[in-house]
Amino acid sequence: MPQLFHRGMNTLARLSIVIGLLVAGGGLMFVIEFNRTPYVTQAFQPREQPVQFSHKHHVGDDGIDCRYCHTTVETAATAGLPATKTCMNCHSQLFANSPYLEIVRESWRTGQPIKWTRVHDLPDFAYFNHSIHVNKGVGCSTCHGRVDMMPLVWNEASLHMEWCLQCHRNPNAVLREQKDITNMEWVAPKDHAEKGGAELAKKYNIQPKNVLTSCSTCHR
Amino acid sequence: MAEVKSNYVDQRPPMIGGKYDLKTMTTKLMDVVFMRGFQKGWMFGFAIVFLGLLMMANTIGYLVLKGVGIWGNSSPVFWAFDIINFVWWIGIGHAGTLISAILLLLRQKWRNSINRFAEAMTLFAVACAAMFPALHTGRPWVDYWLFPIPNTMGMWQNFRSPLMWDVFAVNTYATVSLLFWFMGLIPDFATLRDSAKQPWQKMLFGMLAMGWRGDARHWSRYESAYLLLAGLSTPLVLSVHTIVSFDFSTGIVPGWHATIFPPYFVAGAVYAGFAMVLSIGIPVRKFYKLEDFITMRHIRNMCKVMLATGLIVCYGYAMEAFFAWYSGSTYELFMMKNRMFGPYGYMYWLLILCNFLVPQLLWVKKYRENMWVIMTVCMFINVGMWLERFVIIVMSLNREFLPSGWRMYYPTAFDFSMFFGTIGFFLTLMFLFIRFVPMIPIFEMKTLLPQAQVDEHKVAQIEEAKNDGKEPLGGSQPVPQFGD
Repeated sequence: MPQLFHRGMNTLARLSIVIGLLVAGGGLMFVIEFNRTPYVTQAFQPREQPVQFSHKHHVGDDGIDCRYCHTTVETAATAGLPATKTCMNCHSQLFANSPYLEIVRESWRTGQPIKWTRVHDLPDFAYFNHSIHVNKGVGCSTCHGRVDMMPLVWNEASLHMEWCLQCHRNPNAVLREQKDITNMEWVAPKDHAEKGGAELAKKYNIQPKNVLTSCSTCHR
Repeated sequence: MAEVKSNYVDQRPPMIGGKYDLKTMTTKLMDVVFMRGFQKGWMFGFAIVFLGLLMMANTIGYLVLKGVGIWGNSSPVFWAFDIINFVWWIGIGHAGTLISAILLLLRQKWRNSINRFAEAMTLFAVACAAMFPALHTGRPWVDYWLFPIPNTMGMWQNFRSPLMWDVFAVNTYATVSLLFWFMGLIPDFATLRDSAKQPWQKMLFGMLAMGWRGDARHWSRYESAYLLLAGLSTPLVLSVHTIVSFDFSTGIVPGWHATIFPPYFVAGAVYAGFAMVLSIGIPVRKFYKLEDFITMRHIRNMCKVMLATGLIVCYGYAMEAFFAWYSGSTYELFMMKNRMFGPYGYMYWLLILCNFLVPQLLWVKKYRENMWVIMTVCMFINVGMWLERFVIIVMSLNREFLPSGWRMYYPTAFDFSMFFGTIGFFLTLMFLFIRFVPMIPIFEMKTLLPQAQVDEHKVAQIEEAKNDGKEPLGGSQPVPQFGD
């Protein structure tokens, strides 16, 4: 009986084991890493807003504190979006006739709130509360990045669960004094987690790791 | 030289009937695969079971679109048809592994003709079973969360949960069963390759045969690998359903929390598995006229295994009732009362009828030889084993500790279409398997033929007689003798 296959098929058959493993492993790696790319997470992608509002100008140049607009950040789950009245506090005088601000003035006249585009959207099965983080020494820039340098705000983090857990597993590294909460330029000093951070954790009465990483802390 | 005579006469029916030799048997078994076109009966059956497969596909499609709410699962019965069917299917798979692994290690030669299709049955049953928990999660697209692969959640699975062990148990089981099944097929694929007429058939079977030439080294390696795999899958026969039973017995729900669960589940699995092997084997044997290969001896043996495991299962039922009484616990006692005389009580008594009373017919030799009786008993067992899981799962949940939470469970049309759909899926795969793969291992059957029964003692005698004072072994060179 003649040979069905060429001799080279033997090598191919053996190679197929290696190739199969590489394809399966590589495919898995690809899927996992692909989920971490900004293409999927939408991180670092500036969102267009109905009004040409620049955080860079208001925070960076003017030095307005975060809490001037996001008033409920210390007391409620959401930081809160400012009412049109907050804008009008200044803009009834400043740039009062600027065409860029027509949408704001229209909202002021009609009483219809401005429809801002949401930037940070956690899934609904994750319970997140701004006030507990702010009151326990987690500053704005820890999660939101240098907002004072963002003309249009983007998402600084992936919002993946592994990102949340980074801090929940080691909160000391990011804790700050209350006076620094809205400080955009704050960076953790050297060995902060062991020294200053550990002291702050004691002061803030930060819960132990098993509480911080318990399922029902965030999934209620 | 005196003939070695034995007075022992084997009373049992032969393991292989008819007057086959190596060639006629190989041809007969290969004809099913090489047949041109399809028989009318096959087409008819396939059309019916394929409709079942379509029904399943549609149900799954609708389920993924709408969510598990289309099933009847609702508080407090969150585990219902889906988990019943999962356990039922997993159990059915067990006969295949038992036949291929344990009977191989025990050198039970009668396994040779039924192991291939019993193993195929295992694979298809596991495929059906795996579908249920995968869909029960409600979000099947994130089912990869079940596997410990690096993920964006920054965490691992809960390895303390028996549901997690289940993932490993079922996957190991499926993998080992597939390897076992495929390895057993390699020599037969080589036979098919060598007999195929069409070039594409030669290529296809050639690839599947993976270069098998029937070399003595091939056989030696094959035998050791097969034995190793058999050793590997022997614990699986016990472990898989043990772990399935842990899904229940590690919970504190009365009716689940019992130490007898692992052996009781394993026996039930083998019981259900053999019932399914017979339910499929008997019609196939009839349709393809394989009475000479799947003989009365096979059927008789399988009936006996069923009878034995069935009695173990019934012992389990008795012990469940005994434990409930002996525990003195209000909740356990109530569970048993609810099970026997509660709103679903008729299910319990149906279970006793199907799994305990009817199979006792198999004690009678006459019935063990009547195909109609055996088929009927097997159908009762198939239903009974399903009822057993209904009794355990639904009837423990629908009336738990707090009477305010009691509620009846009613399945919806989608529960039934999913269940019967998987039966269609299973049978579709079975039909394809029977038509396109040799369902009876050709090479293993050859070892059962009288020609293969080499009496080594006799061969030695013949050799000796031949050489006695004549030409010694090794040609003209004289072989040194003692005393030279």
